[in-house]
Amino acid sequence: MLGVRVGAALAAMVLGAGLVGAGSAMAQSAKPTDPQIAHIAYTAGDIDIKAAKLALEKSKNPQVRAFAEDMVRDHTAVNDQALALVKKLNVTPQDNDTSKSLVKQADAERTKLSALNGAAFDKAYAQNEVAYHKTVNGALQNTLIPSASNPELKSLLETGLKMFQGHQQHAEMVAAALK
Amino acid sequence: MRPRGLQVATACAAAAAAVVASQPGWAETIKIEIAKLAFSPAQVSAHVGDTIEWTNEDVLVHTATGRNHEWDVTIPAKGAGRTVLTKPGKIDYFCRFHPNMKGEITIEGK
Repeated sequence: MLGVRVGAALAAMVLGAGLVGAGSAMAQSAKPTDPQIAHIAYTAGDIDIKAAKLALEKSKNPQVRAFAEDMVRDHTAVNDQALALVKKLNVTPQDNDTSKSLVKQADAERTKLSALNGAAFDKAYAQNEVAYHKTVNGALQNTLIPSASNPELKSLLETGLKMFQGHQQHAEMVAAALK
Repeated sequence: MRPRGLQVATACAAAAAAVVASQPGWAETIKIEIAKLAFSPAQVSAHVGDTIEWTNEDVLVHTATGRNHEWDVTIPAKGAGRTVLTKPGKIDYFCRFHPNMKGEITIEGK
């Protein structure tokens, strides 16, 4: 599952920061920086847009399609806002190991989902959306929001968290209806 | 005399209209703001005939959907949506796209 793997990547990031923090004065530098946070948050949204586009190509289920359309619309709107903010702040989002591993795992998951069809695809996509949003919520809450220094970035991440939480609940309803 | 009587009647009618319009609770518009995925205020009291107007500060599209399925208002990003309350009662509502957004309207008869 993408959610589980992404969870592992984000957990590794958090744990890495924790380990450095345990015995070193480098603790502060282990926290993701604002340019890295912006990159991770944008990447997390982009991954969900790509998954939704795959669902729109493959699924015929009206509920799944409506959910996927919501994901494309919401994540595009928030990512556009994020781009406008980094431009305004004159920050260049910085690629990093967390973003890289998110993308790598999402690509692998998309390949797996591509091989499924019909009800099997719908079910796997919906379950993955629940797991993925849950994982991103945890990362936003425990790592990205507390690490962000710029108040505007922090505020956008907080809005992002509420949106991801809403999507998780929505995904849970869709997944439950497919059982 | 006649023109004068007419003038008085007109003045009286205008005064009466002004009194009616200024009556509190006469078909009010109650505004609820949506910002950062929250309805504010989340709980409002209203009367039958009042209009609820949601204004959306977010870049996301939201809905105000009654749990009793009586209304389902779409509120565009940076836009507004309205509904007129037709029946007394308590209505819980939520956003279909973000079910963690919740509100409540208590509606009294006229």
